[in-house]
Amino acid sequence: MTVAIVFLPLLGAILAGLFGRFLGRRGSQILTCLLLAVSALLSIPLLYKVGFGSGPFTVVLLDWIHVGTFNVSWALKVDTLTAVMLFTVTMISALVHIYSIGYMSHDPSVPRFMSYLSLFTFFMLMLVTADNLVQMFFGWEGVGLSSYLLIGFWSDRPSANAAAIKAFVVNRVGDFGFMLGIAGIYLSFDSAHLDTIFAAAPAMAGQSLHLFGMDLPLITTLCLLLFLGAMGKSAQIGLHTWLPDAMEGPTPVSALIHAATMVTAGVFMVARMSPLFELSEAALSTVAFIGATTAIFAATVACTQNDIKKVIAYSTCSQLGYMFFALGVGAYPAAIFHLMTHAFFKAMLFLGAGSVIHAMSDEQDMRRMGGIWKNIKVTYAIMWIGSLSLAGLPVFAGYYSKDMILEAAWGAHSAIGQYAFWMGAAAALLTAFYSWRLLFMTFHGAPRADEKVMAHIHESPLVMLIPLGLLAVGAVFAGMAGYDAFVGEDRMHFWKAALAVVGPDPIEAAHHVGEAVKLLPVVIALVGIGVAYAFYMARPAWPGRLAAMLPGVYRLLLNKWYFDEAYEALFIRPAFALGRILWKQGDVGIIDRLGPDGVSWAARQVARRTARLQSGYVYHYAFAMIIGLAVFVTAYVIGMEG
Amino acid sequence: MNEWPLLSIITFLPLVGVVFILMIRGDEEIVTRNARNVALLTAGATFVMSLFLWFGFENGTAEFQFAEQNDWLPGTGISYHMGVDGLSVLFVLLSTFLTPICILASWESIKTRVKEYMIAFLILETMMVGMFCALDFVLFYVFFEGVLVPMFILIGVWGGSRRVYAAFKFFLYTLAGSVLMLVALLAMFMDAGTTDIPALLAHHFAPGLQMWLFLAMLASFAVKVPMWPVHTWLPDAHVEAPTAGSVILAGVLLKMGAYGFVRFSVPMLPQAAAEFTPLIYGLSVVAVIYTSLVALVQEDMKKLIAYSSVAHMGFVTIGIFTMTTQGVTGALYQMLSHGIVAGALFLCVGVVYDRLHTREIARYGGLLHRMPKYALVFMLFMMASVGLPGTSGFVGELLVILGAFQVNTPVAALMSTGLVLGACYMLYLYRRIIFGKLEKEDLKALPDMSGREVLMFAPLVVVVLWMGIYPMPFLDMMSASVDNLIANFETARAAAETAPALLALN
Repeated sequence: MTVAIVFLPLLGAILAGLFGRFLGRRGSQILTCLLLAVSALLSIPLLYKVGFGSGPFTVVLLDWIHVGTFNVSWALKVDTLTAVMLFTVTMISALVHIYSIGYMSHDPSVPRFMSYLSLFTFFMLMLVTADNLVQMFFGWEGVGLSSYLLIGFWSDRPSANAAAIKAFVVNRVGDFGFMLGIAGIYLSFDSAHLDTIFAAAPAMAGQSLHLFGMDLPLITTLCLLLFLGAMGKSAQIGLHTWLPDAMEGPTPVSALIHAATMVTAGVFMVARMSPLFELSEAALSTVAFIGATTAIFAATVACTQNDIKKVIAYSTCSQLGYMFFALGVGAYPAAIFHLMTHAFFKAMLFLGAGSVIHAMSDEQDMRRMGGIWKNIKVTYAIMWIGSLSLAGLPVFAGYYSKDMILEAAWGAHSAIGQYAFWMGAAAALLTAFYSWRLLFMTFHGAPRADEKVMAHIHESPLVMLIPLGLLAVGAVFAGMAGYDAFVGEDRMHFWKAALAVVGPDPIEAAHHVGEAVKLLPVVIALVGIGVAYAFYMARPAWPGRLAAMLPGVYRLLLNKWYFDEAYEALFIRPAFALGRILWKQGDVGIIDRLGPDGVSWAARQVARRTARLQSGYVYHYAFAMIIGLAVFVTAYVIGMEG
Repeated sequence: MNEWPLLSIITFLPLVGVVFILMIRGDEEIVTRNARNVALLTAGATFVMSLFLWFGFENGTAEFQFAEQNDWLPGTGISYHMGVDGLSVLFVLLSTFLTPICILASWESIKTRVKEYMIAFLILETMMVGMFCALDFVLFYVFFEGVLVPMFILIGVWGGSRRVYAAFKFFLYTLAGSVLMLVALLAMFMDAGTTDIPALLAHHFAPGLQMWLFLAMLASFAVKVPMWPVHTWLPDAHVEAPTAGSVILAGVLLKMGAYGFVRFSVPMLPQAAAEFTPLIYGLSVVAVIYTSLVALVQEDMKKLIAYSSVAHMGFVTIGIFTMTTQGVTGALYQMLSHGIVAGALFLCVGVVYDRLHTREIARYGGLLHRMPKYALVFMLFMMASVGLPGTSGFVGELLVILGAFQVNTPVAALMSTGLVLGACYMLYLYRRIIFGKLEKEDLKALPDMSGREVLMFAPLVVVVLWMGIYPMPFLDMMSASVDNLIANFETARAAAETAPALLALN
């Protein structure tokens, strides 16, 4: 069953990719959707079985790399963590596949698109079922490849190509850390097999690793190297720049890959490696710090963006920050819980935005929208549900998971926990603000689009609305339904040994925080909605006036804190300039001039001089002979005396 | 099978094909057609014969297998001695595997002097295979230098516009190395009294002598690898060589230097190898970063891939000198993988070069619209070059990094930047050729890959994926010999460390 769940999407990808021309558009759509649907349906009983029944198991498929003591195999390791991921990924993926039938209906390369989507799903499933770090890396790079292909799907656009390369390269920077982390783990544990590492880890705590000429604490160093990989994949501050640009891809891609699943791979990885991270206070604090900082940073940027997809992209970045600081305070179940609920409501928000874009004849700028809620009421309702869930208002899914994260941060009773809590609370205010800013700007006020677009506005077809409806069910009920198992009474039984906790359980502490802390996020969210109402409905002149009052702040936020500009100046232009210098000055100017060209030049010079000596006059030769004789005789005499 | 002189058959079968081609008479057209057919048949038959090696090879032992020994120069200790072990057998197969593909690749692109071209190519195959099988240093030297002659002719006769400059540069570099290796050969012969490789492996050279021998061999092998800073012949040679010449150059000739390290420098001169390891690391790390940056700004497709080869071979040299099981295995695996992937990338360049007769990257763009099959194949090999898991490139890179991390973490970290830089220049290349709008008029009529081209790429695609997903058959063939290599190296080094202590006691 597990094998089927993982490999059916691959089958779909291969068939649609290689035989797309024979299957046709309709054929490839039906085939890939069907295979994904089967995979998704199979994952439900699997989750039930693993979470509430017999527990974890591993299926070994094939030897992979065995060299000396380094042994890794292809295997599917299924525990509760994996089962949750399998369920989330296949479910969202199946719905996005179906949605794409409608969304991509005008595109000429439908089979290729469906093939890429299925291929992505396969790699993601390989990632979450890995029983060793190398297979995880296989999935990790594989989803990177699919993401690259899908961001650049509309390859005629230079901006899409640039974004695709950026995504791949920035991820590679993270993978550089991941790769070294694997090497370090193998060096320390003599294995890359997860269970072996976890078993040996406690004994290694406190040991040091000689690295780069320094003695560094072993576990902390390894965790931070791995975390660099997680930061790249999950777009944490510093390595986040690729995610907003990735919105160049078709919207279903943004929903599946850049919101619901792939970007959460970093969260999954840290949770998976929790037995290691638990042993290092420093590593966990770093994770929490980066997460909390990203949460607030991305939220500030989201408040000023005008592209509807970019707002949601920064929102994703911010929500991933929440998951990371949950991990950082040791509340792994809360992070995974939020990962799951976020997957539903964020995928829904993206697909809803896609529905808006579809209706507005591919317009993405919110400044040219407005006043369209009457024309697309279902989409409007969807966006409301998604926003309510994202802002964490009671009853909706986000409420349960996000509150749990904030409470766990508070309950950690540490400096870093406090930092995370207050950053998270501030980000919650901004989250509510930008979500309702989006709603008001898009759907309310006076229409700002031209008449042609307005005349053409239409609700999306059923094939797009049905997946949206199903996601809405998840966005409303996933929190309520999952609460007990994920973070409530049943959590020990549900997770079993999948997530490690050393020391006091942060989730337990979270249940015992004061009422004020529990209430605060909801109050904050309502305030944020109120401010957004004041700014964009009641007093539309205010935002402009505020921006004029704080021009520096506004420009900083609008330009996303100038990260792209800084990287361009620090890395990209110097790399090209250095390449040119090394080529023209190094290879051609120095090596060739001193090497082959120089040798041949010297040979020519010597030959020319020698040729000049051959003058043909006898007295020249006779003179040379006499000089030579004199030199030899002198040398001989001096030698005798010595 | 063991009674057959299998290695000699594989080595000299191509020469039989040459004889047949020489006997072809008739019109220009008939000669051309028959020369192609005979060459392809010969190369195919050689490959089939080499499969006996694949199936007959015993994995558990580090001994030389399929060995043959005949007198050659009686009384001198120099003999005709052939044999393969886990370090060399796969390179014999690589050579016999790539040659028929190269002949297919030259099917239409070579139009002048086809007969002579095919003869040169078959002689080249004999030399390559012989070099990997030779178990006598003199014999090795003959093949090692012999390879250069047909290659020199391929570049000089069928090359591009600056072929003479490229051929001369190629010649100058390799000559400098060859002369020094000949000196080393003579010195070893004087010291050991034999040139038999198994005997030399057992011989202990004095530490002082080892240093000089190592440097002399380094001069030769470093040029072949090529290591920085003696790499500048490679981009020019690749640019001017015909497509199939580039494939062999990248696929097999570049492996000769690294093979020299694992066959001679490291096992015969262990103390010197240990002594010079920092030098090798330094040059290799520079190669990885330097040539990756240079590759980033290239405007010629072949030059870009040539520079990327230098960077990839930097991984190989680091891997060999880590002297760890993972590092050496990874280096050998990376050599094999690079042979196939770089060869395939040059074939990819050849496909569009045959259509448009330019290698300038800026002349292309938007090929996805006209050539989807080509785009897919190119994508696969690009990803293999970048080292995506699931392709052959990853296994080698991972193992080398694992090996390097065990002995020298800064080196491991610096070389790993190659992962990021490699992605930059390859994706940038792919984007400029395949993606974008199809705007240039002459690109709008390009046909996708023909049946012949698909046939040429199919085996490469299969092998790249096979080596990435299930590398065990390849790794198993190497493992005993690699273990033996490392064990001997460790023993020799340990002996060297205790030797001064013994002297002191006396």
